[in-house]
Amino acid sequence: MANVVLKDLRKSYGNVDVIKGVDLTINDGEFCVFVGPSGCGKSTLLRMIAGLEDITGGSLAIGDKVVNEVQPKDRGVAMVFQSYAIFPHMTVRENVEFGLTIAKATKAEKEAKVAEAARILQMEHLLDRRPSQLSGGQRQRVAIGRAIVRKPEVFLFDEPLSNLDASLRMDMRMEIGKLHKDLRATMIYVTHDQVEAMTLADKIVVLRDGIVQQIGAPMDLYHHPANLFVAGFIGSPSMNFLDVEVKGRDGDALVVSNGALDPVGVPSTLEATTGTRLKLGIRPQYLRPSTDTQAGKLHGTVTLTERLGSETVVNLRLTDDSALIAALGEDAIFDRGRNVSLSFDPTRAHLFFAE
Amino acid sequence: MASKLTQSNRAGWLFALPGFGLMVVFIILPFFFAISLSFTNQRLISPNPTEWVGLANYRQLLGMGMITLDAVTDESGQIVRDDTGAPTYPRLREYTRNNPDYPHLDGMKQWFSFGRGGEARTFVLARDLVFLTAVKNTVVFVLVVAPVQGGLALVLALLINQKLRGINIYRTIYFMPVVVSIVVVSLLWRFIYDGNNGLLNNILDFLSFGYFEPVNWLGNPKTAFGSIIGMSIWQAVGFHMVIWLSGLQTISPTLYEAAEIEGSSKWQTFRYVTWPGLRNTAILVLIVITMQAFGLFAQIDVMTNGGPLDSTQTIVFQAVERGYGKQDISGGSAISVLLFLIVLSISLFQRWLTRERT
Ligand SMILES: Nc1ncnc2c1ncn2[C@@H]1O[C@H](COP(=O)(O)OP(=O)(O)OP(=O)(O)O)[C@@H](O)[C@H]1O
Ligand SMILES: [Mg+2]
Repeated sequence: MANVVLKDLRKSYGNVDVIKGVDLTINDGEFCVFVGPSGCGKSTLLRMIAGLEDITGGSLAIGDKVVNEVQPKDRGVAMVFQSYAIFPHMTVRENVEFGLTIAKATKAEKEAKVAEAARILQMEHLLDRRPSQLSGGQRQRVAIGRAIVRKPEVFLFDEPLSNLDASLRMDMRMEIGKLHKDLRATMIYVTHDQVEAMTLADKIVVLRDGIVQQIGAPMDLYHHPANLFVAGFIGSPSMNFLDVEVKGRDGDALVVSNGALDPVGVPSTLEATTGTRLKLGIRPQYLRPSTDTQAGKLHGTVTLTERLGSETVVNLRLTDDSALIAALGEDAIFDRGRNVSLSFDPTRAHLFFAE
Repeated sequence: MASKLTQSNRAGWLFALPGFGLMVVFIILPFFFAISLSFTNQRLISPNPTEWVGLANYRQLLGMGMITLDAVTDESGQIVRDDTGAPTYPRLREYTRNNPDYPHLDGMKQWFSFGRGGEARTFVLARDLVFLTAVKNTVVFVLVVAPVQGGLALVLALLINQKLRGINIYRTIYFMPVVVSIVVVSLLWRFIYDGNNGLLNNILDFLSFGYFEPVNWLGNPKTAFGSIIGMSIWQAVGFHMVIWLSGLQTISPTLYEAAEIEGSSKWQTFRYVTWPGLRNTAILVLIVITMQAFGLFAQIDVMTNGGPLDSTQTIVFQAVERGYGKQDISGGSAISVLLFLIVLSISLFQRWLTRERT
């Protein structure tokens, strides 16, 4: 068991900086998820922890030992790749016991450990098959099996579920969560699927262009996003942003409005003077449309209603011609072209400086 | 327009005609020609009419016999020994020349002999010694060149398959001999192997501080064929290196990364990741080298002409030598047909050996 501490970690390819100074502490036994858009450096950061990429600057410690120059195999890490990376010419058993074969373990030891891994992952019946005879989910299970037989202190996952279809992804997601609870190992998990991040993580690290945007527990990030980027990235459907203008200050709150929004006081600590242009963020779930056009402070017209079963997503065009999305829990009926007003709880809205 | 081209058979055949016609004239027809000629006594230029001779050509080429003789004894029953103390045996001529008791040995010559315990000795006789030498040489050539050239090419490919500055220069250097015509390469190597002032002798002389006795590499029956083997391996190794290289590049880099994280050493990585991933490439390389090796001709033709003392005869060289040199076109055809059968059965055997086991 080990913690992982990154101090001002940097990576550049030639003169292209990819990771621009990351400070992060992952506690022993924690499930940490890196999220961010494509190309932001998630994989690179993970591969630096694994030892597959050289570290350009800063320090990386696993279990209180600086491992910048330590070979991957001596870092006590195991990695599961997006493309599974299981050996096509070996049976499932040979794949799972690969690390032990390399370490020249005895036959009995291999058998015992493979049996245990197979039991944990419920793949006893697959052991004698070849990878070509497995489904995607089963292959990923084999890759995870290969990782767990070595009892690593840190598990690294690079988008392990992105090649799977939606329902299988949900199953595997739950299994990985369960695995974490069973093994109590430190796990670092890369994904660009924020649902995976929200459901699995103890700690989410949001990355953008090689810079950490925010670190925190999932609901922390959801309710208190540090900036516009995190606010827009976490949550589905993503947060609505309205261009607003500050009209004045009212105690803790800034009074803001725009062409479609009647003046409203939003609690905020931003230092903004009257006339400043800000972004007002409101999650679709916290908007309540009403056919009574005077009931809420936002005004617009319904352009599309999508029923997803568990929720109904209403697309609107506001009177200042910007678009807005509201997600309603119940099967509410809002016909196209209907004029509505929307109300919301100002304490659940966020103000950001425009970027 | 495009669909008309692909659908209209007439246009298609017209376009294929030049290539297809040449293939028919120079490959397909000669193939069947050779088979039928090999059963006749056709000569390149001859006033006599051609006759059907059945398997006579083949019998002539492959005719072999065996005879076990006891050592010669004098009146007292003592074995007669020569100056070196080796027992002497009756002259083979007495059995192979017009001996009515041994009609099946008629016209044969000694190929080699071996003792059988005691003082008796078995003599293996052959009707066509030169051809059998050619077969033996060709088989030796294949058995040496296939593993050595294939293995060397793999080593080069592994060395070249790295991301280093200037690695392309090495790729070019190793591939260069392949691009140069084999005839030119053979001529150059004749100078290298030269007995008086050859490069090889000079280098060996320099490295051994003058202790090395110059060797006439191509003029000595003991070294001639080995010299040709060495030069042939060098010449085509770059070609097979490129095939290996393409095989290496089909192996997913993440497999190497997975192995690295599991703590696999360089050798273990080769054994568990690289080599299994090269399976199909290995089959291809093996078959291609075998085919090319059986076709050994240009080097011989340019460098030794089969000599000295027939020590560098090969099957294809014999086929050409008989067919055109000696104008015995039917004998040459029979050799070609035999070569075809040998290569066919070997490639079928290789396919069977390397088949996908389920
Ligand atoms: N070998 C390399 N040389 C130069 N630039 C590289 C190299 N490898 C990665 N990069 C760059 O580093 C950046 C981060 O790449 P990385 O693979 O970490 O992204 P990612 O966050 O994992 O994206 P994705 O979600 O698409 O997997 C990208 O902009 C990429 O172009
Ligand atoms: Mg990635």
